[in-house]
Amino acid sequence: MYGYAGTILRINLSTGAIEKQPLDETMAEQYIGGRGFVAKLLFDELPRGIDPYDEKNLFIAATGPLSGHLVPASGKTHFGAKSPATGGYADSNMGGHFGPALKYAGYDVLVLTGRAPAPSYLFIEDGRVEIRPADAYWGQGALIAEKNMKTELGEDFQIITIGPAGEKRVRYACLSHDFGRQAGRSGVGAVLGSKQIKAIAVKGTGSLPVFDLKKAFEAGKEAYKKVAAKPGFTEWTPEGTAGITNWVNEVGVFPTRNFKTSFSDHYEEINGKAILKKLKITDKGCYCCPTPCGKYGHTKTKLGSAYVEGPEYETIALFGGNCELKTIEEVAYANYLCDELGIDTISSGAVISWTIECFEKGILSEKEIGRPVKFSDLETVDYLLEKIVAREGIGDLLAEGVKKASEKVGQGSDVFAIHVKGLEWTGYECRNAPSMMLAYMTADIGAHHSRAWVLGHDMAGAWTNVHDLVSGGGTVERQPQAQIKAESARYVIDSQHTRPLFDALGICRLQLMELGFEVENYVELFYFITGKKRQLGFSAGAVFHRTHPIRSQRGLFYPQGENGAAAGLVLRGQGLGCQWASHQRHPGSPGARRCGRCTEGRRRTGRLIF
Amino acid sequence: MMPTVIHENCSGCGTCKLVCAMENFSAVQPARALLRIEGRFPAPGDYQIHFCDQCGECADNCPVEAIVMESGVYRVDQALCTGCMICVEVCPKGVMVEQPGSEFPAKCILCGACAKICPRSAIVMPEAVTA
Repeated sequence: MYGYAGTILRINLSTGAIEKQPLDETMAEQYIGGRGFVAKLLFDELPRGIDPYDEKNLFIAATGPLSGHLVPASGKTHFGAKSPATGGYADSNMGGHFGPALKYAGYDVLVLTGRAPAPSYLFIEDGRVEIRPADAYWGQGALIAEKNMKTELGEDFQIITIGPAGEKRVRYACLSHDFGRQAGRSGVGAVLGSKQIKAIAVKGTGSLPVFDLKKAFEAGKEAYKKVAAKPGFTEWTPEGTAGITNWVNEVGVFPTRNFKTSFSDHYEEINGKAILKKLKITDKGCYCCPTPCGKYGHTKTKLGSAYVEGPEYETIALFGGNCELKTIEEVAYANYLCDELGIDTISSGAVISWTIECFEKGILSEKEIGRPVKFSDLETVDYLLEKIVAREGIGDLLAEGVKKASEKVGQGSDVFAIHVKGLEWTGYECRNAPSMMLAYMTADIGAHHSRAWVLGHDMAGAWTNVHDLVSGGGTVERQPQAQIKAESARYVIDSQHTRPLFDALGICRLQLMELGFEVENYVELFYFITGKKRQLGFSAGAVFHRTHPIRSQRGLFYPQGENGAAAGLVLRGQGLGCQWASHQRHPGSPGARRCGRCTEGRRRTGRLIF
Repeated sequence: MMPTVIHENCSGCGTCKLVCAMENFSAVQPARALLRIEGRFPAPGDYQIHFCDQCGECADNCPVEAIVMESGVYRVDQALCTGCMICVEVCPKGVMVEQPGSEFPAKCILCGACAKICPRSAIVMPEAVTA
C-alpha cells in the first residue's frame, strides 16, 4: 500500500503479546490515517462503559499516509484513547519526529491494551519490539527521562515520555517528545501512565513505498518553494504562534484572570517579540517543517533557570493571561515546569486560575489550599503544579480538572469553571466571538481550537488565514457587540470539516492556517505518494463525522471583563442557543440525518458512544 | 566548492536528510542520508550540522584504496570496497554512513540537494556547484 508502512503493531501489555497485523486496505481507504484511524479503532475496539484508567482502555498512536514523506511539515502523530479528562472520545496530536520514525520502523499505528505488571518502556528498533523495565526512569521528569534514555539508547531514537503527572494519573497529563513537543490535551499521558508505560522509544531505518517517486520528489520540492513564496513564510515564522498575541488582545479575546476579561495590559511583555528578545536560542522545527514555530530558549527567574521550548501562544494565553504572569521569563518557567512534570499547559493554566479565583472569592480557604494564592505570582503557579502532580492535599482535587473540582467544591464555583465536556478552554475568550464559542461547544474532545478556529469569521467576517489577519493592520479600540450571523454555523462546520484532513494525513495544519498554503496542493502530493485520486475534503468529512456525534454542550453566559476591546460584552444566551440549534440542523452537522457537505451521512453506520 | 554550513539557522527539521536519501538512493529513507543533524538538548539547546568537508581521512585510512578523489570529491569505488567499515569508524564528522541493506558505506558527493531544499538556509551551496 503506497505511502503507508503497511503494518499495525499491537501490544498487549498484560500478557506481553506482540502482534504485527497488516494494515487493512479498506480502513486506509475509508479513514485515511492519523485521527481517522484513532476514531475507527476506538469505535470498533473500545469496550463501552469502562473507566478511562481500566486496563481495557486503548492507547493508540497513529500516523497518516503522508507522515514521513517529502511534504511540508509531515511530522504529525495522533494519539487516542478514552479520555480521562472528559470520559469521552480523546485524541491529541503532536509534531516532532516520532511518527515518521515509527513509519520508517515499519508501523503506521501502535495499539496498546492491558497494563504492564511493572513500570516499563517500549523499545522498537525496526522489527525488534521489546517491553523493557523502566525502573531507572520511573519518577523522573519527562525531559530528564528523554535525555537519559537518549544517552542509553542513542541519539537516533525518537522517544515519547510521560512525567510524574502521567504516572500519578493527573487527568490532563500529556505526552512529551523532542524536549518540547507535547500531545497535550485530553489526558493521553495519564492513559499511558495507567498502563505503567513510561516511554516509547523508536528507531526506524527502513523506507516507505511511493507510487511515483520521481513525481512525488519533484512535487515535494515544488511544495517547499510554494510555501517559501507565501508572505507568512518570512513574516509569521520568526515568532511562530506567539506572534498572534497582540492581535488577540486587540480584538478582545485574550483570556485574562481566569477568563474574567479579554485584555491583558502587559501583553507586550509576554508576546512573540519578547520571546525573541529575552529567551530564544534557536528555531526548533518538527519533521520536514519549513516554518519552525518552535522557539527553544533559556529563561531565568527568581525560582530558577531552565532550558525550554516555547512558550507558544496557548501557554502565553493561559499562564501569561489567565494566571497573569507578568514577564515572558515567568511564563517560560511555568512552561518548563509543566513540560518536565508532563502536564498540559492549557488545562493546568485554567485549573490554577480557577483555584486563584476560588481563593479570592473565599470559596477555597488558605487552609484548604495550603497557602495564599494569587494572580501574577510564579510561586503560586509552582506551588499548585507541584501539589497537582503529587496529588497532595488540594492537588488531588485539582488533578481532576475544573469540571470535577467545581462539582465537588460547589458554592457557585462552576460558574467560573471554564470548560466544555470537562476539557478546559484554550486561549480564546470567546464571549464576544460567537462562532468560536460555537466551535468550542460542538467540539468532540471538549473545548479545543484544534477542531475549528473561526475567529477570522467573528472578527473579520470571513475565513482568512492567521497571517493575513494579524498583518491586516489597524488598531481596534472598540469591538462591536458580536452579531449572531446566519452563516456562523456554516463557517464552523466548514472549519470542522477541513481540519481533520490534516489530522488524518499525518501533517501539520499550520501550513494552511497560518500561511495559506492551499489544500489543493495536498491532492497532488497525495496522488503521487499513494496512487489514489480522491477529493480529500470529502474524506476529511468522514473523519469529522466519526468523531463528532457526541452531543454538544452549551457555553457560558456571564458578562465579561472590565477592559479591552470587548469589555462588558456578553453573548445573548438565546442568540447563541439559536446558533447552536442552527449548527445541529445544518446538513453538515453530526446531528443531521444526512450530511450535505460530504458523503458521510449515507455511509454512517453508528455513533461513538463512550 | 564547499557548502557553507550555518548551524544557527538549522531548526532540526531533517528535510535535508530525506531529500539526500531521495536524490542519491531513490528512497524515502532518511537513515541512508549522507549528512547528520545533531540536536543538543536540553543544553546548550541548539543544532549542529555534520557535513562532509572532503577532508580525506576516509581515503587515507582505506586499506584497499577504494576511496578516491574525483573532480574535487572523494568517492567510494564499490568495485574495490570490501565493506570493512574502517572509514566509517575514522570519519571525524560521522558522515561516512553504513547503508541499511547494503554492504558498502556511502558518503557525500556534494550533489547539493540538501542545500537546495533547506528551508532555513542553513546549508548554502555556491551556485557553481548546485547548477
